[in-house]
Amino acid sequence: MTRKKMIKKGSSSSTFTYAPALESSALVKLKKGHQLFINGRFVPAADHTTMNSINPATGKLLTKFSVAKKRDADKAVQAATKAYHNVWSKMPGIERGKYLFRISRILQIRAKEFAVLESLDSGKPIKESRDFDIPLAAAHFFYYAGWADKLNYCVPGQQVSSLGVVGQIIPWNFPLLMAAWKIAPALAAGNCVVLKPAETTPLTALLLAEVCQEAELPPGVVNIITGPATTGQALVNHPAIKKIAFTGSTEVGKLIAKTCAEQGKLVTLELGGKSANIVFEDAAIDQAIEGIVNGIYFNQGQVCCAGSRLLVEESIQETIIKKLKRRINTLRIGDPMDKNTDIGAINSAEQFQKIKKLVKAGKAEGGYFYESTSPLPSVGFFHRPCFISQQSSANLLNRVEVFGPVLSIQSFRTPDEAIAKANDTPYGLAAGIWSDKGSKIQHIAQALKAGVIWANTYNKFDPAAPFGGYKESGIGREGGLHGLLPYLEIKS
Amino acid sequence: MKVVKTIKLYIDGQFVRSESGQSFSMEKKGSGKKSPEQFARIALASRKDFRNAVEAAKKAHNSWNARSPFNRGQILYRMAEMLSEKQAQFSQLFQDALGQTPKLAQHELQKTIDIIIYYAGFSDKFQQLTATVNPVNGPFHNFTTAEPIGVVAYIDAQNFSLAKILNNICSIIVSGNTTVSLLGAECPAVLAPLAEVFATCDLPAGVVNLLTGHLDELSAVISTHREVRSFCFADESMTLYKQMKAQGVDNMKRSALVTNAVPTLENILHFVEYKTIWHPIGL
Repeated sequence: MTRKKMIKKGSSSSTFTYAPALESSALVKLKKGHQLFINGRFVPAADHTTMNSINPATGKLLTKFSVAKKRDADKAVQAATKAYHNVWSKMPGIERGKYLFRISRILQIRAKEFAVLESLDSGKPIKESRDFDIPLAAAHFFYYAGWADKLNYCVPGQQVSSLGVVGQIIPWNFPLLMAAWKIAPALAAGNCVVLKPAETTPLTALLLAEVCQEAELPPGVVNIITGPATTGQALVNHPAIKKIAFTGSTEVGKLIAKTCAEQGKLVTLELGGKSANIVFEDAAIDQAIEGIVNGIYFNQGQVCCAGSRLLVEESIQETIIKKLKRRINTLRIGDPMDKNTDIGAINSAEQFQKIKKLVKAGKAEGGYFYESTSPLPSVGFFHRPCFISQQSSANLLNRVEVFGPVLSIQSFRTPDEAIAKANDTPYGLAAGIWSDKGSKIQHIAQALKAGVIWANTYNKFDPAAPFGGYKESGIGREGGLHGLLPYLEIKS
Repeated sequence: MKVVKTIKLYIDGQFVRSESGQSFSMEKKGSGKKSPEQFARIALASRKDFRNAVEAAKKAHNSWNARSPFNRGQILYRMAEMLSEKQAQFSQLFQDALGQTPKLAQHELQKTIDIIIYYAGFSDKFQQLTATVNPVNGPFHNFTTAEPIGVVAYIDAQNFSLAKILNNICSIIVSGNTTVSLLGAECPAVLAPLAEVFATCDLPAGVVNLLTGHLDELSAVISTHREVRSFCFADESMTLYKQMKAQGVDNMKRSALVTNAVPTLENILHFVEYKTIWHPIGL
């Protein structure tokens, strides 16, 4: 059999099938019902309402968790307020830092347990939760721990202070990592928090609550309340909250920003994107292919900064498309718990339907559509990696954030056209540039209206590197020195 | 017979009447007479004038941002020079229009000049105080720099102070932003000498645009304009500030509340956006 034929047959060919390499889920002992974490203790919701947590790879029930209502949110905010005034704001920075170091250490030693739980709850491949989500979450706590006693270096010539109680609302695509991005800088800056994880992925945040107990973090410094959007609304509307930090869709972000504006609350937002990944003809092509794949298919494309718009120099368009087709057929779609899996499950039935609907509408507008030929598991929410080309900037899939493994491809002739196309969006979160020429990279990077630019790489993250968007992709930065600023007040 | 100057709007480096043909009369303060005396007749900006000014500011942004920080610093310093030369004119205006004492007017002007010089000297330094090289895990040169955000609207309707106006306009433009400024109802006549300062200090056309108009008429068009990326609010009305912020959510408008005349680094940082670049290191 020729190489071409073998590849064409893809993973359905018996020649190259892998034996499953399943990660054991025995490490994780799921309780029947998970409760709210308020004032250092797990408590049921006042009215004992619960919701189901589903494993998206099977569609089956994992466990139940409490639904926090207004009364519960109020209890959590009160606990945080008390902890802020009595303990946390009075504690020397070095001591606050030690708690964060401790949390980081516990996360590292319990990493496998977290990784397994994360994959069960979110549907992401175990290799990603194991090698990306959990280590990076631990690194975030470690990084910000060291800032806690150095805050007066943050703004040159200015003394700073904490804000008070911060409400934090996070999405389902990187559940623990987003919790770490939110909690670590807030606590380092001396604030107390009430965090609301996404309704489809509350479990690792609640396990993080156990870590807070294990680290003997003073009660009330971190509170975690679970539930649907109404839980978040109760938090956003609470009068004792000084600031809201939200990561999620631009649509919800705008509603929150409006409420915060009206109520005089501070707000930082990490919202959607339609990021351009620009490939010039002088780029290392095979490396660029890996970057394109990583850019859009990482975490099933459910990434706010996903490189969902590929802009290719016209002279190499055909080559890129040919190589891309071959590459996406080697991506293994399947059980998130299998260590060989590249593409796991879409996070929820709702998101799965949304992606399918957008793809259908996008295809109906014409162009050339291609999807992986790999077989899909018979149960669960699985979507094949795909792309669409021969469409224009005005088409749906070039404008709307899909939040799924869907790439749109356009070509350009000059660097100026690439810049214009890349910036032709209300979003401005990230962009990728692939070229062998350093001066060209710097020129394009300067001209792009986006908060994060990856040159000859994509989807790289680090606790020390500020992340966040221009324009409608959000306000404020997370990570690095700049990620502390939204949690500090300059003393006048 | 006295020859009175018509006070026009300042848009794209041009002195223009309102496209609406509207104007209003500014009365003298403290003249001690029973019937108020007219001080000047001033063009009244319409919503269309505001949109035209935003267009000019947007057009000017790229070239202003492309200037070297050193060059921007020199132009700001030249602004202080031109204002200094016009001190007598400003002083007379403050005495005639606002009833200020010569001493008070002089004090305000000196303060204003100092503020402009403060920002002139910051043009090539604020980056060095806020940009970072980030020690990431992996072979990458990773750095974060501050960039201007684009067109910033400036709203100043109450508590007239020339020092406050320049504190805000300079903090907006020093990093490469451009602005459309709506100047206060208490002393709209200041637009004339101020525009002449901007017109003669080598500032490219469109970087600073000055309007006089009714805030209640213009606030909605300012907060909902999609090309306006941020606004600086120097009015006292918190109700209006909250309302404009809520209206500005549609294009995620940034905002800052600066009602004083204290020049700081922080003021510059209200109007920048941070960009992080990952560049690989390797052979």
